[in-house]
Amino acid sequence: MSLDTATNVPSVTDRSAVPSSFRAGSARPLRTIRHALALAKRNLIKLTRTPEQFIDVTLQPIIFLLLFVYVFGGAISGGSRHDYLEFLLPGLLGQGIAMGSVALGQNLNADIEKGVFDRFRSLPIARSAPLVGAVLADFFRYLTVCVIFLGFGYVIGFRIGTNPLATVGAIALSIAFALCFCWISVFIGMKARTSGAVQGVMFLLVLPLSFGSNVFVQANTMPGWMQAFVKVNPMTQLVAVVRGLMVGGPVIGHLGWTLLWMAILLVVFVPLALRAYRKRA
Amino acid sequence: MPAGAPIVADMTNAIEATALTKRFGNTQALAGVDLVVPEGTVLGVLGPNGAGKTTAVRILATLLRADSGSAQVAGYDVVRDSEKVRQSIGLTGQYASVDEDLTGIQNLMLIGQLLDLRSRDARARATELLEWFDLAEASSRPAKTYSGGMRRRLDLAASLVGRPAVIFLDEPTTGLDPAKREDMWDVVRSLVNDGSTVLLTTQYLDEADALADSISVIDHGRVIAHDTPDGLKRIVGGQTLTVRPSDQSRLDDVVRIVADVSSGRPETSPRGVVNASVDGDAAMTAAVAKLAQAGIAVTELSLHLPSLDEVFFTLTGTRTEESEDVA
Repeated sequence: MSLDTATNVPSVTDRSAVPSSFRAGSARPLRTIRHALALAKRNLIKLTRTPEQFIDVTLQPIIFLLLFVYVFGGAISGGSRHDYLEFLLPGLLGQGIAMGSVALGQNLNADIEKGVFDRFRSLPIARSAPLVGAVLADFFRYLTVCVIFLGFGYVIGFRIGTNPLATVGAIALSIAFALCFCWISVFIGMKARTSGAVQGVMFLLVLPLSFGSNVFVQANTMPGWMQAFVKVNPMTQLVAVVRGLMVGGPVIGHLGWTLLWMAILLVVFVPLALRAYRKRA
Repeated sequence: MPAGAPIVADMTNAIEATALTKRFGNTQALAGVDLVVPEGTVLGVLGPNGAGKTTAVRILATLLRADSGSAQVAGYDVVRDSEKVRQSIGLTGQYASVDEDLTGIQNLMLIGQLLDLRSRDARARATELLEWFDLAEASSRPAKTYSGGMRRRLDLAASLVGRPAVIFLDEPTTGLDPAKREDMWDVVRSLVNDGSTVLLTTQYLDEADALADSISVIDHGRVIAHDTPDGLKRIVGGQTLTVRPSDQSRLDDVVRIVADVSSGRPETSPRGVVNASVDGDAAMTAAVAKLAQAGIAVTELSLHLPSLDEVFFTLTGTRTEESEDVA
């Protein structure tokens, strides 16, 4: 390396060189947003470098659709697979984004173990920026889930019963819900010792939430106590809205509950995740 | 260069840590550590694995809070003014690493953007650093394809993006081969030439000797010695001259020559190697001249400092834990 000439080229390390290019102090929240976006870009680059990280939001939805429509579909619907597909797809979309959020906590956990976050922590940026950046980058994974479900769903016969605008609304709400829900994964990612543990804990949460809901069957066949759980389950509310917007049905009441749940998820899990991140040595 | 260890009262200290303690569960990682680094100097923190070196660095770099004690870096308290501290420091180490999936230039540009450089300037700074660290050709390859030495250089480059006044190097050469170590040492020297203050942790006395103005020896979370490299060497017994003649029949001549230049009595090992402690580098030159004069060819001729293990044995009377494991 050219280090023998190092002392002749002091400009690289010369501290008297004026850091003229530093941006004049813009407002703090703006800086944090800019930092989070720069870090989100990092996460996106990482995603493109390791395409296998997209399996859970591409192949997995397809397999779930095939299994549930062609294995259980006939039995559950009493004959009409197509009717069941129309019912199931908005539900599986809800489950798909919940499952898609698992990887976020795992990746963050691995990042911290590798030491990349130590560098971020030694920089004069908001402590939340690396977490917010990772969440923002996850937007593209949730968008992928939605596109795959609708695209592959179309191939096997799913048809939108409403209009394109309502469908776009359903996708937007799903992604927005995902960006709130995934803070649970971030929190677990900060708390768990290994990234494998993140997956274990998240599945313990995602499975009851997605199966104990209206995703696969209507709640009226269930015992009362289970119906009570299904009714308060945020997944139920989200799926009801998405179903209403894609194939038709009541929306407004469920939308209110969904938005309330999104607010609760943010208010509870963002501070918890940030606190856990700060405490993590 | 300032003489280091005896801390002059009117000198500004870039790092000042007082009575730092930190406990992890049942492990007392730091049991009251004081560290002082005058501006523009290098402090070597010397100690075996698990001595508390990394914990001390993490506290000073605001990654970790001490249980008690206080520390100022670049004049700012690491707890109350942690943001100001972070604006003044660069951290390179075993644990603060680069992102393997990002290329060299992406890694450095990301740091630049996080330091509020405009992206044009972040690119310029990244390019400049990559060239300086001889990584320009590898700049668009993911860091995971880099060799160990390249990784260390990129890592160090990442910590220099913001032209920090205070640089923490946590075992910067552990795992590097000797040539790469020398390269890294040159980098550290030029950083100091340009006015930076450096705190470097190491397991090697020769590294601390080569770079540091003063050395704090740390063991079980305590500073057990603080001195200039020369002072420390006086305590632990200076350097050892080792000579091995290629013709074993000349062994006695070698012993005589080594005795002439050394301060102590030479010892001959069964393998035909002559060892003697010497006071300074001049002994080596003298030995070479005398050996040449006597026409003695040698297969080994070296001057080396006591190993960390020997330093610890002298200072504490016990071996380091690693050597106990080996023994």
